[in-house]
Amino acid sequence: MSTAGSGSRFAGVDFYDFDSLLREEERAVRDTVRAWVDEHLMPIIGDCYIEGRFPRQLIPGMAELGFFGANLPEEYGCAGLNNVAYGLIMQELERGDSGIRSFASVQGALVMYPIHAFGSEAQKTYWLPRLAEGTEIGCFGLTEPDYGSNPSGMITTARETADGWLLNGVKMWITNGSQATVSIIWAKTGAVDDPSSIRGFIVPTSTKGFTGRDQKGKLSLRASDTSELHLQDVLVPKDAMLPAAGGIKSPLMCLTQARYGISWGAIGAAMACYDEAINYAGQRVMFDRPIAQTQIQQVRLADMLTEITKAQFLTLQLGRLKDAGTMTPQQVSLAKRNNVNMATECARESRRLLGANGILAEYHSMRHMANLESVYTYEGTHDMHSLILGQAVTGLSAF
Amino acid sequence: MKIAVLIKRVPDTELRFSIGGDGKSLDQAGLKYDMSDFDGYAAEVALRLKEAAGAGEVVVIGLGPDGVPEILRKALSMGADRAVHLTAAEVPVDGMSVATALAADLVGQGYDLILFGRQATDTGHGTVGAMTAARLGLPCVTAISQLNISGGTGTARRELEGATETVSFPLPAVLTIDEGIARARIPSLKGIMAAKKKPIETRPAQLGPVRLTVKSLELPPERSGGRIVGEGPDAVPELVRLLREEAKAL
Amino acid sequence: MATMFAFAESRNGALRKGALEAVTAARQAADATGGGEVHALVAGAPGIETVAETLGRHGADLVLVVAHEGFGRYNPEAVAATVAARISAGGYRAAFFAASAEGRDLAPRVAGALGVAMAADLTGFEIGADTVTVRHPVYTGKVVATLELTGTPAVLSLRPGAVPAAETPRTLKVEAMAPVGDPTASRVVTTDLSPRGAAKLDLGEARIIVAGGRGLKAAEHFSLVEDLAGAFGQAAVGATRAVTDDGWRDPADQIGQTGRIVSPDLYVAVGISGAIQHLAGMRTSRVIVAINRDKDAPIFKIADYGIVGDLFEVVPRLTEAVRQAQGQ
Repeated sequence: MSTAGSGSRFAGVDFYDFDSLLREEERAVRDTVRAWVDEHLMPIIGDCYIEGRFPRQLIPGMAELGFFGANLPEEYGCAGLNNVAYGLIMQELERGDSGIRSFASVQGALVMYPIHAFGSEAQKTYWLPRLAEGTEIGCFGLTEPDYGSNPSGMITTARETADGWLLNGVKMWITNGSQATVSIIWAKTGAVDDPSSIRGFIVPTSTKGFTGRDQKGKLSLRASDTSELHLQDVLVPKDAMLPAAGGIKSPLMCLTQARYGISWGAIGAAMACYDEAINYAGQRVMFDRPIAQTQIQQVRLADMLTEITKAQFLTLQLGRLKDAGTMTPQQVSLAKRNNVNMATECARESRRLLGANGILAEYHSMRHMANLESVYTYEGTHDMHSLILGQAVTGLSAF
Repeated sequence: MKIAVLIKRVPDTELRFSIGGDGKSLDQAGLKYDMSDFDGYAAEVALRLKEAAGAGEVVVIGLGPDGVPEILRKALSMGADRAVHLTAAEVPVDGMSVATALAADLVGQGYDLILFGRQATDTGHGTVGAMTAARLGLPCVTAISQLNISGGTGTARRELEGATETVSFPLPAVLTIDEGIARARIPSLKGIMAAKKKPIETRPAQLGPVRLTVKSLELPPERSGGRIVGEGPDAVPELVRLLREEAKAL
Repeated sequence: MATMFAFAESRNGALRKGALEAVTAARQAADATGGGEVHALVAGAPGIETVAETLGRHGADLVLVVAHEGFGRYNPEAVAATVAARISAGGYRAAFFAASAEGRDLAPRVAGALGVAMAADLTGFEIGADTVTVRHPVYTGKVVATLELTGTPAVLSLRPGAVPAAETPRTLKVEAMAPVGDPTASRVVTTDLSPRGAAKLDLGEARIIVAGGRGLKAAEHFSLVEDLAGAFGQAAVGATRAVTDDGWRDPADQIGQTGRIVSPDLYVAVGISGAIQHLAGMRTSRVIVAINRDKDAPIFKIADYGIVGDLFEVVPRLTEAVRQAQGQ
């Protein structure tokens, strides 16, 4: 139970003894990431955000602790955690910053996962341990300038030649795109209006014709690398293709993994904002009393606490379903949509509670608020998930 | 090298907590527990010694109720090899009673080093380590801030008021670890998974008679609210005046 | 009428402040229980007997002098054996130690040798018929515990400064006492004792402490803190965990939960926000002054006086003003 004005180390939010529903190792995983964020990320994130820089120096430490692809098997150098523990990693990383969690999401759910799910044994044994160790950094090339919510319309092509696959196209809004050493590129091997010809390719970014270009001028996710990828006659060997991937379904499966992690991550961001709000309110004195003692701020805090608590239990069950193998993408849509939306509101309300101080980078809420606008939009916009749910319950597509 | 590390489970001291209805214990609601800070340093020291030697065994031992194994598991996640849980419904605040139980379990186990934290972050007495050493008849050095082990001898540094002491001692020995020697490593996720398979033996603690008990707990008197004397360097003369005339500190 | 024992800590042939506090406490305890005798024991290299008179002035009736070359430096095993033997034979009601670095090492060894419980790091005590009631801050100072200790002798160590040294002169007897066992045969040997940092005043002994935190922005700016300490005179320089972690200052200078707990007459916090783990180390200072540019910094809630402002402007001005006030 959080109480006002403790002003001390982040202790999460637990109003309903959520911890008692976690297994011991799930708590331990959560605690490890929380401690790492406190020690290594929090001291620098404000500056990174203002400077528009992803803290690359943190990658080895994250890798050493096993943050990348943590729910993939030990035989590939991964931690072999269950999905609830994986979710807790995302929660705690995003408590620090959505950009750092985005890095881990991409590396784990969008690069390591497809290699594990669709790759050959040779691809798995080569790439997965390196990605787990952080010696290779990955990015996921699906979205294009004109194909965001409608990825099956993509126009990046892969033409088969005697020497391999020739890839041409542009991808946009690609996290890690400029610093990645390897990319998973989704391209059509057949006609441009044939989504069933979509295949996935492992493309080292050093390949001739491949350029990653930072997208400048962001007001959100500033501590994250967001880039365009330009592929101009990029030639990769035949065995660069992921043998078991085919059609739009394959990249969507990856997105489901990432969206699952984001559902947890959003809770972390909301917790960070609530924690900041409640500590601030307990110490800030106005009209001879702490603002925590005013009705309007108490309503704010009660609303935030309620939304966070609801999201926690929703998402825990989602994780248990995933571990049981029965989780559906529509269930993930509900959680992503709800949790990110409530987190944007927590961040905004916390920002308002902080008053003028709330616009400074030394406080976290406005940074979370700006970041969460991206999280609201990416990995399926809020609106897209509304239609996914609508279709799921009515049987009728309104896309 | 065979090293024992004694770990105490303590309430997380940075959280707000309140005194329970009985007036002599903490209200359990919402209380989180963790490994005492100095014990974490001791565990880290043990792990580094084992890693430097390339071989050895680090055994972590904790005394107390049901929540102790989870704390021992954290040490196993850091890399300790096995754990022992000495069960007791309550941990006496009497260090001698605890030292009696610990010595009974440590004796004859062939430990080269037995490490404690300098003091527990809850009771803050700092007595159990030296008392355990006395009961075992082993050499003991307390509050060390630097350590070197070579063959069967150790050298340690201790910080005194305004001075630093260098001490040498033979193994086997009991050491209590101070701040500054090592920071406890964050357990890796693989370490957490590996710890699930490491053994935790359980046996009842053979506590000695309890002769120190808590009669009551109180919150310290609140310091009366601070006074902002002023802003910027212009406030300095007034501050100096107050320090001299009102606080009589100058 | 009960007899009390006090261990008088010394270093390099001179008594430590804790020795006088232990003897004072023993004297107070004896007076409160019918006015019995106080026996103080001091161990050191030959020549140590000269300190006996000071111990008598602070209330000792009998000073036991254990003079031996083997006690030139702290010799924990031999001192503990000697003290334990004396306490065991002497029928004392209580045995007082200072909870100094040495005392925190010695007292539990003695209790362990005697097989009795002890109460450590006390801020207060009352000797009863069968029990001794003591006070001790727990949970890093956030709570004060009242405890009861049974058994005789009651072994007690006192937090430095809890019982200020006071002179209550007695008619003094001095006795030489032989060490128990061979002090040169100890397994634990102190091979070196060197002063730390140019004879700096120790945090535990200084009347005034000036401490610096992250607000100083860089290690070299600690010169501001040192200048202010110099202006006060008789002031020690402390640091927060944040800056010792960053390597700006020696970890031994850290004031806080896992560092030093101090209780000076005046504590000046410069560029320190007031994290709970730091407050745990200094909250019992008599007067606290805080200088910080953030008026919402938690330190201001426990500071008696605060200046909100840029420390790079305020501190030099304060240093100058203090120098003038001290007539320098």
